[in-house]
Amino acid sequence: MSNIKDYLLHDFFVTGEPMIYMADVSIVLVTIAIVVVLTYFKKWKWLWKDWLTTVDHKKIGIMYILAALAMLFRGGIDALLMRVQLSAPNLHFLDAQHYNEIFTTHGTIMILFMAMPFLIGLINVAMPLQIGARDVAFPYLNAISFWLFFVGAMLFNLSFVIGGSPDAGWTSYTPLAEKSLDPGVGENYYLLGLQLAGIGTLASGVNFAVTIIKMRAPGMTLMRMPMFTWSTLITSIIIVFAFPVLTVALAMLTIDRVFGGHFFTATAGGEPMMWANLFWIWGHPEVYIVILPAFGIFSDIISTFSGKKLFGYNVMVYSMVAISVLSFLVWVHHFFTMGSGAAVNSVFGISTMAISIPTGVKIFNWLLTMYRSRIKFTVANLWSLAFIPNFVIGGITGVMLAVAAADYQYHNSYFLIAHFHNVLIAGTVFSCFAGLTYWWPKMFGHVLNERLGKWTFWIFVIGYNICFLPQYWLGFMGMTRRTYTYASGLGWMPLNVISTVGGFLMGIGFIIMVYNIYYSARYGERDTTGDPWDGRTLEWATTSPAAEYNFATVPEVEDIDAFYDMKKKNKVKEWLNKPIKDIHMPNNSGRPIIMAGFFFVAGFGLTFEWIWLAIAGLVGVFITMVLRSFEIDNGHHIHKEEVERTEREAGRIS
Amino acid sequence: MSQSNSLNQHTPLEYSTEDGRLKIFGFWVFLGAEIILFSCLFASYMVYLHRTAGGPTPDDLYDVKEFMIETFLLLTSSFTCGLGTHELRRQNKMGVIIWFIITLILGLGFVGMEIHEFVDYVGEGAKLTTSAFLTSFFTLVGTHGCHVSLGILWIIGILIQTARTGINAVTARKLFIVGLYWHFLDVVWVFIFTVVYLTGMVL
Repeated sequence: MSNIKDYLLHDFFVTGEPMIYMADVSIVLVTIAIVVVLTYFKKWKWLWKDWLTTVDHKKIGIMYILAALAMLFRGGIDALLMRVQLSAPNLHFLDAQHYNEIFTTHGTIMILFMAMPFLIGLINVAMPLQIGARDVAFPYLNAISFWLFFVGAMLFNLSFVIGGSPDAGWTSYTPLAEKSLDPGVGENYYLLGLQLAGIGTLASGVNFAVTIIKMRAPGMTLMRMPMFTWSTLITSIIIVFAFPVLTVALAMLTIDRVFGGHFFTATAGGEPMMWANLFWIWGHPEVYIVILPAFGIFSDIISTFSGKKLFGYNVMVYSMVAISVLSFLVWVHHFFTMGSGAAVNSVFGISTMAISIPTGVKIFNWLLTMYRSRIKFTVANLWSLAFIPNFVIGGITGVMLAVAAADYQYHNSYFLIAHFHNVLIAGTVFSCFAGLTYWWPKMFGHVLNERLGKWTFWIFVIGYNICFLPQYWLGFMGMTRRTYTYASGLGWMPLNVISTVGGFLMGIGFIIMVYNIYYSARYGERDTTGDPWDGRTLEWATTSPAAEYNFATVPEVEDIDAFYDMKKKNKVKEWLNKPIKDIHMPNNSGRPIIMAGFFFVAGFGLTFEWIWLAIAGLVGVFITMVLRSFEIDNGHHIHKEEVERTEREAGRIS
Repeated sequence: MSQSNSLNQHTPLEYSTEDGRLKIFGFWVFLGAEIILFSCLFASYMVYLHRTAGGPTPDDLYDVKEFMIETFLLLTSSFTCGLGTHELRRQNKMGVIIWFIITLILGLGFVGMEIHEFVDYVGEGAKLTTSAFLTSFFTLVGTHGCHVSLGILWIIGILIQTARTGINAVTARKLFIVGLYWHFLDVVWVFIFTVVYLTGMVL
């Protein structure tokens, strides 16, 4: 008995850290609050029937975005804790181990559980609407993707209260991340959490690629697709070819840690640098997975609020294709200092610099789209406009880092930190906020408050620059990445203080955004037209929020910017009054969430190296798959009378 | 590949519905991902080939007779699987079931041989934990073996469905896709045969 108690208190639960106790208490309180609220308002059935079992791409998208916002909060708290710790020399706000854990979870969460799901959420919401489809190609698989991401994220987040967090950085470099140097379950959480979410992402990639290639509305040729859809297609192809590498790398390190293999150990013939190679062969395409959809979002928004067709549409597509190819050819630039020699480093330095060419082309195309147009400074467009100069700073410093010889100076310094935050925040995060504001009415039927949105925008963008610009100088002054504290004589404090202030400004911006979501839900302007921005692409041709079946009749496409074209040719009414037929839709299913639950059990079992539990979980997964295979699921039809009633209520037909 | 929406008598049954066309295409895309997965394992194996850390080397372990029989079983199973698909096109339910059952038996023979091979190696002191070479060997060949085992379970499930409901658009699509999977594993084995066993014997 005392053995079990001893185990629970010393190994299972994380103990002895006041902040973690606070987290424990808040987790319990939030859970109780959710249960009480759902029970009090009798919402359990609603939650299960309308959300947890849904296969509707729009609802799955919303769930992705909600989860991503929660993860942004978690990752943001980690960031602020780090900034506090660094704001003065020799501070002991966090100890070294806690700091290691926090930068690890910050990086991992922000990339894999915030940026990617946020974008996949927006893709889910908008892409099928943009191509005039009724859903994605495999709606059931889409639900599995979401729930796998969700349980992966939960497994990863569980680490800080049960068992201990991973602490080897988001890159989890070996041999540091091997069992001999990093005992405990923290790294296992990293491996299994990412593995589950990664399988979900791979399925999303296949799903989106097939949807776009096979399910476009009649007349929508590839070269008439909205730019966001193009970026999704290219991203999906990158996912299909990059994510298996992550799957393999994680599996190999799991084999090392759990089963005693020697892939990346420093002994018995292992090769630690294999991990760095495999990780970045996935990892570099990954940064394009989170930036290309961002480019797509900015393209659509800039074109909409300039009231013009996107400048250089074809070139935009070709440059994205070029970027996607190059993205697989640059991975060594993450470890020039590994010592591959001058020849190898030069090749990868040049291929890295080459990426700036198609990217630069895109920047000019955005600028030329705006040239001589009447730009509307809505919040969504403000984010897009701020993206251009801020992203260019990140891009230029990226080219500096690509110079292999100079990189020996910049490597793993705060210069690098500033660089990748400059591209990931100004690129991905701005695009997420822009896309969220832009498509919010399509998701919820009301517009986000512009005034509060502008407050968020200015505070966040100014805070972001105050936070990261000083870090370039800190890098030049010799401050290294993952440093937990520093001596007082180095002169790093003033810039660190400034940086911390900037970090908190970003936090304030985020809080205003959350308040805006609440405020707009209550008081926000309702979008009754379905087209609040004078949109150009097909998602604005349907109601806000879109009906379950998306379009009562499938639109026919005659040009780029299909909906704008339809409006210009006065064909909208004609299209709406086309005869409505029965619509075939997929059935909801509770199995994806149950299957993901079994995956969670398997992941948790492997994390704690309780092989029996892992096997039990995998058997559960297998049984749910068999049940699916034997299920006869022909979907259901929404009858035309019901569609007509819905459309009439929305005032779209008389 | 038939992409036309119009259904005519030349369109194979598995392509006759939108659902079938989407799922078959989706599976091709998935196989693209599988190619990358195996490529990584092959590349790792090549990196670790000579990192035997004083343990057994490929030369000590591989037995020509055994891996030739394994190869023969699996390649033949791919042929019988193809015959099953041929019967599927002729909509001959019994033919499909018979050829797929033969495929299953050959596949089981292959997996049995492989398990036997692994047990032998472990008996000779060549374990996953012995050296980086062996870790990568067991991972690469084992991953393929897991795929084949999963394929066997998958085929059994689909054969039960075919026996129950006959050959229709749904079972035809499932049989066709599992056939693609099976042939894919065969191709991977051809590479394992070359990269692992032949290279191991020659180099």
